[in-house]
Amino acid sequence: MPDAMPNSSHAVPPRVEPQTFEPRIVAFFCNWCTYLAADLAGTSRMKYSPNVRVVRVMCSGRVDPQFVLDAFAHGADGVLIGGCHPGDCHYQEGNYKALRRYRLLKRMLRQMGIEEDRIRLEWISASEAERFRWVMNDMVEHVRVLGPLRLQPDEEVFAEEEVAV
Amino acid sequence: MAEKPKVAFYWCASCGGCDETVVDLAEAVLDVVAAVDIVFWPVAMDFKRKDVEAMPDDAILATFVNGAIRTTEQEEMAHLLRRKSKLLLAFGSCSHLGGIPGLANLFDRESILQAVYCESPSTVNEEGVLPSVRHNDNGHSVELPGFYETVRTLGQVVDVDFYIPGCPPTARILRTALQTLLGGELPPKGTVLAPDYALCEECPRKDSKPVNLSISQFKRPQEVLIDEEKCLLTQGLLCMGPATRGGCEAPCVQGNMPCTGCCGPTSRVRDQGGKILSSLASLLESKEEGEIDQALATIPDPAGSFYRYGLPSSLLRRRKLPDSNLEPPKVR
Ligand code: SF4
Ligand code: SF4
Ligand code: FES
Repeated sequence: MPDAMPNSSHAVPPRVEPQTFEPRIVAFFCNWCTYLAADLAGTSRMKYSPNVRVVRVMCSGRVDPQFVLDAFAHGADGVLIGGCHPGDCHYQEGNYKALRRYRLLKRMLRQMGIEEDRIRLEWISASEAERFRWVMNDMVEHVRVLGPLRLQPDEEVFAEEEVAV
Repeated sequence: MAEKPKVAFYWCASCGGCDETVVDLAEAVLDVVAAVDIVFWPVAMDFKRKDVEAMPDDAILATFVNGAIRTTEQEEMAHLLRRKSKLLLAFGSCSHLGGIPGLANLFDRESILQAVYCESPSTVNEEGVLPSVRHNDNGHSVELPGFYETVRTLGQVVDVDFYIPGCPPTARILRTALQTLLGGELPPKGTVLAPDYALCEECPRKDSKPVNLSISQFKRPQEVLIDEEKCLLTQGLLCMGPATRGGCEAPCVQGNMPCTGCCGPTSRVRDQGGKILSSLASLLESKEEGEIDQALATIPDPAGSFYRYGLPSSLLRRRKLPDSNLEPPKVR
């Protein structure tokens, strides 16, 4: 299990027994930082969890909360947003916007029964390949502990639902 | 004389306000009423389900269904009316988006039944009896409709031709919708029969909303003396205008209350709650996490406020059920 990195607000998850569940994580990475860090981690041949599907965006401020909701609605077990460190956003304030939305979205998701650890915002600069690797692994481990996110039964299951009152 | 076209009205999980709107139209619809034959309208006329069952398929020109779908009976009626009608219209927020009854999707069936039949202060139910689909008493057996875990919109249950938004739809929205329907050329199936722009566009206070609006905290209507001219969002009130479809002419704002979003989103927005969350959070000034949280704490119930009328039609549709509820249902 990865060690805790100083720069993170997330606690280290309890140890998980190896199991068959492979979390599906959707990641929105800013083109100017986290996406480049991913690139660097790749070219440096760093090993990290393969569970993450990356969507490149021009800025973390471009991540509409609807993207996150859509990802969860379509089967993501976790969503990761990666942006430039405060003060470093290419478009000045996009990452602050992302932070504000994230704080509110997290609260709303909690009301919707979606655990806090399933959504995460991290600042990772282009040179922080090691931190990138750690965040990816750490996120996957946290979500693995939570297990699959099983939202409402899908349409067919619902149609067959025998009514129990 | 040629036969008049047949029209029907029905209600599912709703408050009755939508039927009230139809009655309210009075003079304005007299022409319409004179031109059609109302063949089914439980709130006002004595027709029965068997009368509808006896009609040939497609016999009704247009059926207006208000209310969300939460019981087996409502689902059966939705299917029956779909079969009997050429056009099926979802009328009002509950049918269109899930409406206020859709907020039940923040809970599950068990806790709702417990709250209503056991825990509410005015209830005396010492044995904790809950309604059941079948009940036998002294050789007599009664049946009740089943109550679903999840509230759905009409469109999630049957094919819907058009949607008429609003809680309830305003007389003007209804009148314009009727004109569109009677006007010959029908819009594409699935159209919401109201303008497709945000409410702010038609709001009388629009001009007082600065381009670069920023707020430090949100306020609830009872906490402030509301300026009657200025944009409500500018005053820190949670106005859903930016994420809500226009057409109603902002009666709430005109009454000095923020819009709560009853007409749902425009066609370019998939999730009304996600959209308003995005706009409101972006308006905050602070850049520091603690301060941001403090400012956001002034919105005490994000899900309930942002999805007041549309939880079932939102991307997530409901609060996640405990995994045990997702197993094959137990029939009681
Ligand atoms: S935010 Fe509300 S009060 Fe302000 S312009 Fe929009 S609808 Fe009108
Ligand atoms: S102002 Fe908002 S809440 Fe009021 S009728 Fe219009 S859409 Fe509905
Ligand atoms: S450009 Fe990277 S967060 Fe804005």
